[in-house]
Amino acid sequence: MAAQAERRWLLLSPALLILTFAASGPLLIVLVYSFLEAGDYGGVKWVFTTDAWFNVVAERDFFDETIKIADAHVSIFWRSVKLSLMTAVAAFIIGFPTAYFIATRAEKSRDLWMLLIIIPFWTNLLIRTFAVMEIIRNEGVINTLLIKFGIIEAPIQILFTEFAIMLGMVYVYLPLMVLPIYASMERLDFTLVEAAYDLYGTRMRVLRRVIFPLVKPGVIAGSILVFVPSLGAYVTPRVLGGGKQLMLGNLIELQFGQGRNWPLGAALSITLLAIVMIALMFYVRVARLEEPQHGQ
Amino acid sequence: MPVSTRQFDIRKQPGFTLIAVACFLLLYLPIILLVVYSFNAGKSIAIWEGFSLQWYESAWQNKAIQDAAIRSLILACCASAIATVAAVMAALATTRTAAFKGSSFVFAIINQPLMVPEIVTAVALLLFFAIIKVATGYTGMWYLIIAHSAFCIPFAYMPIRARLQGMDFSLEQAGADLYGKPSRVFWRITFPQLWPGILAGAMLAFVISLDDVVITEFVKSAGQDTLPTYMLGQLRRIVTPEVNAISTVLLGISVLLVAGFFFLSKIRK
Amino acid sequence: MIEISNITQTFGKGRDAFTALRDVSLTIRENEFFTLLGPSGCGKTTLLRSIAGFVYPTAGTIKLQGEDLLTLPPYSRPVNTVFQSYALFPHMTVAQNIAFGLEMLNQPGAQVKSSVNEMLALVQMTDMADRKTSQISGGQQQRVALARALAPKPKVLLLDEPLSALDFKLRKEMQIELKRLQTETGITFVFVTHDQEEALTMSDRIAVMNEGRILQIDAPRAIYDHPAERFVADFIGETNFLEVDVLSVEADDATIKLTSGATTTARRADTNSATGQATIAVRPEHATLSDDASALLRGTLEDVIYSGTDTHYHIRLQDNCRFVVRKQNHPGTMEAHTVGHQAGVFFDRGVAQILRD
Repeated sequence: MAAQAERRWLLLSPALLILTFAASGPLLIVLVYSFLEAGDYGGVKWVFTTDAWFNVVAERDFFDETIKIADAHVSIFWRSVKLSLMTAVAAFIIGFPTAYFIATRAEKSRDLWMLLIIIPFWTNLLIRTFAVMEIIRNEGVINTLLIKFGIIEAPIQILFTEFAIMLGMVYVYLPLMVLPIYASMERLDFTLVEAAYDLYGTRMRVLRRVIFPLVKPGVIAGSILVFVPSLGAYVTPRVLGGGKQLMLGNLIELQFGQGRNWPLGAALSITLLAIVMIALMFYVRVARLEEPQHGQ
Repeated sequence: MPVSTRQFDIRKQPGFTLIAVACFLLLYLPIILLVVYSFNAGKSIAIWEGFSLQWYESAWQNKAIQDAAIRSLILACCASAIATVAAVMAALATTRTAAFKGSSFVFAIINQPLMVPEIVTAVALLLFFAIIKVATGYTGMWYLIIAHSAFCIPFAYMPIRARLQGMDFSLEQAGADLYGKPSRVFWRITFPQLWPGILAGAMLAFVISLDDVVITEFVKSAGQDTLPTYMLGQLRRIVTPEVNAISTVLLGISVLLVAGFFFLSKIRK
Repeated sequence: MIEISNITQTFGKGRDAFTALRDVSLTIRENEFFTLLGPSGCGKTTLLRSIAGFVYPTAGTIKLQGEDLLTLPPYSRPVNTVFQSYALFPHMTVAQNIAFGLEMLNQPGAQVKSSVNEMLALVQMTDMADRKTSQISGGQQQRVALARALAPKPKVLLLDEPLSALDFKLRKEMQIELKRLQTETGITFVFVTHDQEEALTMSDRIAVMNEGRILQIDAPRAIYDHPAERFVADFIGETNFLEVDVLSVEADDATIKLTSGATTTARRADTNSATGQATIAVRPEHATLSDDASALLRGTLEDVIYSGTDTHYHIRLQDNCRFVVRKQNHPGTMEAHTVGHQAGVFFDRGVAQILRD
């Protein structure tokens, strides 16, 4: 018995060591740094202060010491949450019918359809963002075509808008919505759908009253899976927002670049982490509640 | 047998097929355009001026791109190798026994890179490695290799664990029953059946390492650009189809590996 | 040969805890075909696996020829298992499977080869030596699994419901085959099954288990004819249970009074059981229909069920209990018993068995 346990921890040790050293452990340093004073040229002074946390949501006027809400930060928080929610909703609107479409294909071809969903997901996120940028920029395909056919005279500014960021995030995270919904749908027993039609359900009502409730766990999983990385997105808003439409990830990066306020960056990181953890915990709870209904 | 078109199809939902087709178009159109215009003779990314390989040539001759490509490959090879070995060991430890004390803690640690936003991990590593850099003076590649190994572990772990769980545990018990010591049972019984999972995990880890932008951007020291961070740097300036050419090559590698991963995981157990 | 003393096995902790074995003790003899029989979840497989070394008992000891087995990992125990799923290595041929254990014991190549050939011949699989295990039938896989486990010449062969995946006819064949192999090799077999007929056919001795306990260990005949407990009587074969009054006891026998008032002699399971209320078991084929005054019990014939080899007569006794009499059919005989008529039941002295409380 003891030998078995010893062997287990021996086998686990490389993975745990690497992950503690280069993933989990450093998170503690972030927490510590968030309570330190900012150094003049980046870095920190080892003095305890809660200034960084204070600065997450508020700012002190430089002249008269009055305290007011940090409008810039709050608007970036709000934009991050808003765009992430909109991304999840848009991904659902496109992803749900797509998952349904794949789940209703012949059994042999389903895997190939799923491969088509998976391939973009595993290709470089930067490149995919980049591909979206090329299409929507002023000299891009859309504007060029619209001008060519005389529909518009001057290019429409799409790039560097909130809409561009959302479009990009939907594009890069869409597979994360399709995958779990498809996983639920694949297990869907279509005799239940038959029974619903037999009991006089219309297509719309069968969809709403029978199919949707049965695949709800997949929908919730997909929404969380899209929402969480959107909230922490860095590359997509940087490329498509062009430094004008910041999201949380960019705000954090700013503190380690031009901002030179490491403690504030650390505090913002912990805040983002906390929001993500709350979302994940919410998901775990909902998933647990939904489970019994889904038992076979 | 001819099927009447008026037959009621319970699987049909109006408009769903249309949205699905749009979805696939949406997913692939941008990528296809990017690939097509990497072969464009002109500088434009919207007007086709004829086929040419000039952007590939100029990318190939660009010293910065060469360096970044080699660095990316070395990094991805090292990180995926380390992550795969660690993941195989961890998967063996977590699938072949009943729930043990601390098992949920172990799962939390292993899956942590999947849950924590990349930017947060990147910041954490920046701060941590800054301390070590000051203390040791070392600024080499190992920071990147270790950081990449760490976030590759869960990706390598998933397919390996899935395959192990699908394998009949009584085979290994039979091996032990027939006087095989644990290491011999692993190489004679487990490995011959697990290898598709191991290869799949290694390929996934390789792709993940090759594609990483955020953590690399924060961890790299001066002059340690990988292909993705080089490309991100280029975006600040005018985008040239040269970047399209690099993208196309990277896309090709990813698609090959992912398709390979997909078919590997279909190999019968 | 194998001495199992006070084994207790608990899985899980706290509210989820499940006790698979409760203070089990038994001794398995040299060259014996020993069967662990019981319903699923009774702990028989757990007991087998603790001999093999795949589960570690929470308490107790297991000794093989005086040597403590529990300190040894599975690969150091001189016992081999035939798994329920056979667990044949899918990436190896039949011969490679059989050779595996011998190779692990670092036996020289020539010796491995001759042992494999010997085993292939023993299970009549010589022609199939180079086939992959996925290319042979279920019955053949069964033989390979047996050959693989026998090849290292273990002191004990453990068989975990090895016949359950086979169809009826093949199962019958393999029962005889297993018995032959056991006699030929002289190896002690410990066989786990939930099939009472399988147990009765092959075993030298049977241990009947339920809910983690051993209820009775005996030769097949003794188990069938003289079940010690209600569960054993009920699990193996069909039985009629009757409430009786024990009037007097002497040695193995007791004089009992049935509810009808008639008296007869019954066997006792425990020599220390006292007089008073008790339950007896009577096998349907040990009783006969009787119309004359000798009948011990009387009632109404409710059902006559024909089942090929024999006919079952269901009788509603005067105290409203049901009693079944089984009679073997012979060609040319037609029974004159009519449903709804009066019927009497008779059984010989010493046929009834008094059960433990």
